[in-house]
Amino acid sequence: MIHSLFLVNSSGDIFLEKHWKSVVSRSVCDYFFEAQERASEPENVPPVIPTPHHYLISVLRHRIYFVAVIQSEVPPLFVIEFLHRVVDTFQDYFGVCTEAAIKDNVVVVYELLEEMLDNGFPLATESNILKELIKPPTILRTVVNTITGSTNVGEQLPTGQLSVVPWRRTGVKYTNNEAYFDVVEEIDAIIDKSGSTITAEIQGVIDACVKLSGMPDLTLSFMNPRLLDDVSFHPCVRFKRWEAERILSFIPPDGNFRLLSYHVSSQNLVAIPVYVKHNITFREGSSQGRFELTLGPKQTMGKAVESVLVSSQLPRGVLNVNLNPSQGTYTFDPVTKLLSWDVGKINPQKLPSLKGSMSLQAGASKPDENPTINIQFKIQQMAISGLKVNRLDMYGEKYKPFKGIKYMTKAGKVPEGRRDEAALP
Amino acid sequence: MWSGAPSMSTNNLSYNEQGGGAEPAVELGQESTPTASGSTAAAGLFSTDFKKNEDLKEMLESNKESLKLEAMKRIVGLIAKGKNASELFPAVVKNVASKNIELKKLVYVYLVRYAEEQQDLALLSISTFQRALKDPNQLIRASALRVLSSIRVPIIVPIMMLAIKEAATDLSPYVRKTAAHAIQKLYSLDPEQKEHLIEVIDKLLKDKSTLVAGSVVMAFEEVCPDRIDLIHKNYRKLCNLLVDVEEWGQVVIITMLTRYARTQFLSPWREVGCLGQVCSKAFYDSDVEKEKADSKPYMMDPDHRLLLRNTKPLLQSRNTAVSVLAQQGHSAAESRNALCTRTRTHLTERHQEVQYIVLQNIATMSIQRKGMFEPFLKSFYVRSTDATHIKTLKLEILTNLATEANISTILREFQTYVKSQDKQFAATTIQAIGRCATNISEITDTCLNGLVLLLSNRDETVVAECVVVIKKLLQTQPSQHSDIIKHMAKLLDNITVPMARASILWLIGEYCERVPKIAPDVLRKVAKSFTSEEDIVKLQTLNLAAKLYLTNSKQTKLLTQYILNLGKYDQNYDIRDRTRFLRQLIVPNEKSGALSKYAKRILLASKPAPVLESAFKDRDRFQLGTLSHTLNAKASGYLELSDWPTVAPDQSVRNVEVMEPQSLERQPSTRGSDLFAYHLLVLLCSDSDDAKEKKRPKPKLDSVSSHSKASSSSDNTASSGSESEEDTDSDSEPEQKKKKKLSSKPQVRQILSFALNCGCKMCLCVTAFQVSSPVFVPPKSHELLHRMSGKGLAVSYHFPRQPCAYSHRMVSVQLTLTNGRDQPLEDICVGEAGPPGIAIHRFATIERLQPEASITVSMGIDFNDSTQAANFQLCTKTDQFSVSIQPAVGELLMPVTMTEQDFLKEQGQLTGMNESSVTITIAPDSMSSQPVGRKVVSVANMGVVPSSQNSIHRFAAKTVSSGSLVLSSVVLQEASTAKLVVNTEKTVLGSVLLRELKTALSQG
Repeated sequence: MIHSLFLVNSSGDIFLEKHWKSVVSRSVCDYFFEAQERASEPENVPPVIPTPHHYLISVLRHRIYFVAVIQSEVPPLFVIEFLHRVVDTFQDYFGVCTEAAIKDNVVVVYELLEEMLDNGFPLATESNILKELIKPPTILRTVVNTITGSTNVGEQLPTGQLSVVPWRRTGVKYTNNEAYFDVVEEIDAIIDKSGSTITAEIQGVIDACVKLSGMPDLTLSFMNPRLLDDVSFHPCVRFKRWEAERILSFIPPDGNFRLLSYHVSSQNLVAIPVYVKHNITFREGSSQGRFELTLGPKQTMGKAVESVLVSSQLPRGVLNVNLNPSQGTYTFDPVTKLLSWDVGKINPQKLPSLKGSMSLQAGASKPDENPTINIQFKIQQMAISGLKVNRLDMYGEKYKPFKGIKYMTKAGKVPEGRRDEAALP
Repeated sequence: MWSGAPSMSTNNLSYNEQGGGAEPAVELGQESTPTASGSTAAAGLFSTDFKKNEDLKEMLESNKESLKLEAMKRIVGLIAKGKNASELFPAVVKNVASKNIELKKLVYVYLVRYAEEQQDLALLSISTFQRALKDPNQLIRASALRVLSSIRVPIIVPIMMLAIKEAATDLSPYVRKTAAHAIQKLYSLDPEQKEHLIEVIDKLLKDKSTLVAGSVVMAFEEVCPDRIDLIHKNYRKLCNLLVDVEEWGQVVIITMLTRYARTQFLSPWREVGCLGQVCSKAFYDSDVEKEKADSKPYMMDPDHRLLLRNTKPLLQSRNTAVSVLAQQGHSAAESRNALCTRTRTHLTERHQEVQYIVLQNIATMSIQRKGMFEPFLKSFYVRSTDATHIKTLKLEILTNLATEANISTILREFQTYVKSQDKQFAATTIQAIGRCATNISEITDTCLNGLVLLLSNRDETVVAECVVVIKKLLQTQPSQHSDIIKHMAKLLDNITVPMARASILWLIGEYCERVPKIAPDVLRKVAKSFTSEEDIVKLQTLNLAAKLYLTNSKQTKLLTQYILNLGKYDQNYDIRDRTRFLRQLIVPNEKSGALSKYAKRILLASKPAPVLESAFKDRDRFQLGTLSHTLNAKASGYLELSDWPTVAPDQSVRNVEVMEPQSLERQPSTRGSDLFAYHLLVLLCSDSDDAKEKKRPKPKLDSVSSHSKASSSSDNTASSGSESEEDTDSDSEPEQKKKKKLSSKPQVRQILSFALNCGCKMCLCVTAFQVSSPVFVPPKSHELLHRMSGKGLAVSYHFPRQPCAYSHRMVSVQLTLTNGRDQPLEDICVGEAGPPGIAIHRFATIERLQPEASITVSMGIDFNDSTQAANFQLCTKTDQFSVSIQPAVGELLMPVTMTEQDFLKEQGQLTGMNESSVTITIAPDSMSSQPVGRKVVSVANMGVVPSSQNSIHRFAAKTVSSGSLVLSSVVLQEASTAKLVVNTEKTVLGSVLLRELKTALSQG
């Protein structure tokens, strides 16, 4: 299936290669570089590139391209999912997945890749199994290994590999038994110039950090499970029970994992928690434009809107801006024309605003497109969809665990695109 | 703490491309002192590649393990960078037998990389692997096989073959999995081994381990995808294992099974046309489905249904590859229902690359099935941050979904895109508008006007695209649009994009009779600039000249001749060729043949309007989700989906000779349902109708107990060992029995196919209502025999709430026996039992129970639907203890699934005497739905009936012994009161149940 893997950094250098079958010359990546050159933005490189003898499937994460070389038919999603899993594993092992981290840990990376694929077919991808086979590098362990001569490589087949619950290893022990669940929702909306919502969707995940001894069997129930429109589970969740009772019943993996991701569609009315008042005008014939922007909270149930970041791609004709923020700081990149304003927290009593003028290229005509405005924000202790966890029960073990749950709402990839509504083209 | 420093600095050295100087590294390793770190900085200066390798060799040949390891790490670093390290081969290969496992692994990495280049030397390592293949540690056996099979040296093919054959029968499923992988490796090395390999594949396909399933199917796909006959016998098993296979295996298995389904089952689409949506919606609702199925001529093969049912949970997988393929399985077969759609729309929100593939699939599907995605139109709105290829795909989908109803919304959205800063995207949008305009005739005029307005846009790419699209649109209805043509003629002065210029020229030439004044003038203008035009424009100029010559030769004769002369000497032979052709065609001379008479008809023939269609139109010839589909070209190794057969092939080929218990290495405590499935199979083997058969499943019992033994012991090798030996011989006997039955009783087969579903926590159809799998409640253990009174033997029991394996009238009970004595207990068995009305199925005699050991056995008791205690004697070699099991009334029930309507109907028939009700005060915290459900279910083994009202909870069950229905409902009322109703024919049982439920619900 997967023949080889090349890691390519943003400047187009191959800094790691790994082959699972016979060696494929790295010149195969030339086709990739061609596509990379053609693409205006890094993310515009097409994920699947055919070459005369191979197919290249790539993912871009942390500004590294993971390019897999395929020789014959295979579902592309299979490869893409696997590559993402590789990145997740690296992140899990090294904390970050950067070129430097990979280079520093090249031996561990190689050992991992060796275990994850056999002859191009995934062998062990569960992080707890991998961690038993190859221990993650820590300073302490490096020190101990130097003294005792022991190794990072496990000598026994991880028990999880053979069990029905491959995601959990046996014999887990903690002194403090804790289970934390974070309900994180991202709101994704497009809003038109006049402020009405064109589309809004909520993507949510429940990330868990479970540190419980033994083999606990947990059930998590919601107050309003009907809200969830579409769900996908970690393999540990018992699908049947969800279908029958809308209860999440599972034997959790040890440590951090994503229990559930869900989707609340626009059919259920979504309230956008912030609003924007804006006035961006360019006058014909003059080299000046006016820029005004005010933010305010809306339907936040009294919770503060934090870490607000506004960014806008101004038209190409804009040379520079001279703005005055009532709070926070702003930057404008004259090359990419990207304006970003770090607002911070919104104070409902004194709404943050950004006002001033833009200078346009002399003689250039009035830009005909209206800029879109993107907003990022966070709201703690609130799930915008109204999802509430009812209770968490544990069976199978005797101790009393400490349970915690946290809610958060974030703006998704593109929270609000303010866009122009014009007459028919 | 100081020893940390050198090790850190060595790391820096080895991974640094320049670093890794010879002396410091050796020094570090030998002395391990912090002083060495000082020289690190200098190291980079005097190291060369040559020197570096020299020192690596030295390190590898030293006696110190740590030095060797360090050297290997650096070598791996070199390999990772793609540097050649092959000259170190002799030095490295010596370490293959090292005791240090990390060193060994790194040597393996090296070997696999370079063995092909250094075949002779690689042979030196073979004996080490052969030895390792016999290692007691399964991990070592597996990795030895992995490396051995990865060494691509043709000479060792026979050794590999032997190793694979041996590993395929290994006790450890993990090793068997590696064997399955090795099959593919050997096949690619030497395709002549195919026949032998197929034998191994056949053997491994029979494997019951979920670990092996994915890998062996992968091997099957690679080596012999056409040998469908190997699948028959394993089809049902694979379907049932599917949910438990790891995600990557699932992808492969679904792909294979989809292909299989296409060849083995009739098309479910045939009847769908008339049955419409109802059927596909009702598909998962098995009650409705059953009725439907009876009333129509097409009856879906139960095996086909099995596949669909088992893929359903996978739709919810976190792995998109799995979930998309699961849908694939569905769409290839049937029921592209709302569920698929929702998952699909959901998928559009993940990683960009995933989005790309999913959107492609949607693009293909949206052509045929607009209705499916139309509700989610807004999900396909383009966001400014999307990558270009995603934007294009979304646009494609929006265009495909456009209908008269939604076109105005879509067009409004398109307007925004046209103004996008990404001009390329804007141009693509204009094309999309053009397509919408041709597809939906109502809006053609609006679109055309809009596009004409856009012609004044400042961006040239946008304008050019508009011209091209307008040209196409005009062709469909040229009559009324001469003013647009005039407008376009004016544009010619400013537009420089060749495609647009060519389009305008063509348009004027084509409709020159509608703009008789302008056309010659345009020709004049382009004649002037002819030499500097692009080829495509030149061709169209020639075209225009020829057409004008034919219609208006008075004004344009000279111009045309001038242009033809220019064309004659053009550099491009296409243009010269066209010139010559046109001259002969239009200019009459003595040599010109009969053709010139028809020149006008040839050149000015009315041309059919171009059909603007989706680029995804023909993509559905490829299976969705495949690489070929993504590329719209057949990738190597793509296996076509065949058409549905017209006549269903023989179904009996899938009947399995040997009914094997489900893989036994699983833990019953964590996934009861597998054991449940196992029980069911046993149930079928020893058909419960005749009590004579009670003794038959005895060998099974052995494997049950060995199973529990195995799962309690921590040694994996042992557990897998006991399993694989046991099931091959133990099951054949009852199976033959079953086969006889099958031929005589067709309905048993029906049940069988349903029962097979149960492997995947599905339901079993026994009576009118299906018994569903029990709602999970933590098992409540009761004491049967105390350690003190049992002279060291402690026995507890619980009701696992699973259908009893021995008879369907029995309640299954699990006993856990623990030996608290310091000597082993021998010959534990069940002695005399009573009272007479109660039948007991005894567990097999436990020959020996070690001190401190415990064992779980199951037995079946037919309580005859009464709460009377079952008394029996537990005997050991020396003692006898009288014990009794008093069942709670709730354990005498089996949950059934039914709809709310059915419930009300049945309840209506069980009134009067059969109804008992009471009003109770409920603990305030139980007022919401879950606590009520949980409390009822923990007391009684009942199934939850979906309720449309929040305040009413309904539960349904049937009694185990006689199968009479037991219905219960809780109606929550104001002020913490509730009305509890129990309806059943068994009035005594009903009133006891009422009492127990009352106590449970009123407790806090």
